[in-house]
Amino acid sequence: MKVSDIVEALSLKVCSGEQGLNNEIEGGYTSDLLSDVMGNADSNQVWVTLQTHKNIMAIASLKELAAVILVKGYEPEADAADQSNKEGIPILSSEEEAFELTGKLYKLIGD
Amino acid sequence: MDFKFDIEGGNFSNAGTASSDVKKVLKKLNVDPKLIKRIVVSIYEAEVNVVAHAYEGEMNVSIFPDKIIVRIVDKGPGIADIELAMQKGYSTASPEVREMGFGAGMGLPNIKKNTNELNIKSTVGVGTEVELINYLN
Ligand SMILES: Nc1ncnc2c1ncn2[C@@H]1O[C@H](COP(=O)(O)OP(=O)(O)OP(=O)(O)O)[C@@H](O)[C@H]1O
Ligand SMILES: [Mg+2]
Repeated sequence: MKVSDIVEALSLKVCSGEQGLNNEIEGGYTSDLLSDVMGNADSNQVWVTLQTHKNIMAIASLKELAAVILVKGYEPEADAADQSNKEGIPILSSEEEAFELTGKLYKLIGD
Repeated sequence: MDFKFDIEGGNFSNAGTASSDVKKVLKKLNVDPKLIKRIVVSIYEAEVNVVAHAYEGEMNVSIFPDKIIVRIVDKGPGIADIELAMQKGYSTASPEVREMGFGAGMGLPNIKKNTNELNIKSTVGVGTEVELINYLN
């Protein structure tokens, strides 16, 4: 499954990092604690969070995540979006809350 | 082979830059990707600790045929009780830092879990030195 597939299936907004829409997805991780994500997420996962600052991209890049999905309609801060464009790791945005979005993602990616 | 990278205390917008530079070096040297992943987790946590808790620091990487040693040395308040600081969930991070999602007290435990040998030396009022040793079996 590619990032573009979940963008379409879940009507996500692509905020930045469009060149990474072909990134391959292998699972996901949902958390707002950065050390939790650093310690427990794996490469090629999508990360669901409400954090919008630049440090999410430092983590996404170091962990080689497929994409970051912001919940509740949040948008990335400008420097986070810049970094996402540089790294080719998309930041997506969903109108839904973490619980609903994670459930749908789990169904999509698990199948 | 030795490399050195600076870490700016207090500046969260650059947090992770030194770790990212070290990762590039390790990749170039064809270090085992699994080991790179573990090292990246531990050096990022040590770097963010300098940003969050100290004033300034540096990351020194020494690569030997059988091991990689990373030393993160900072000028800062130091750690009075290292055993306490190592406990999962212990954090003195400010409310602002916690709001950003830092301050879960998981950084040092993450380092411990991802490193063969972890040595911390600290002097209150002076600074902290975190040494990470990983063996290249
Ligand atoms: N370089 C340092 N200088 C001074 N104090 C430190 C340093 N590193 C860690 N500490 C102390 O140890 C505590 C625990 O560190 P740890 O990295 O485990 O958690 P944290 O940084 O508070 O939160 P998290 O890493 O989950 O974002 C810190 O809250 C701080 O009191
Ligand atoms: Mg920490």
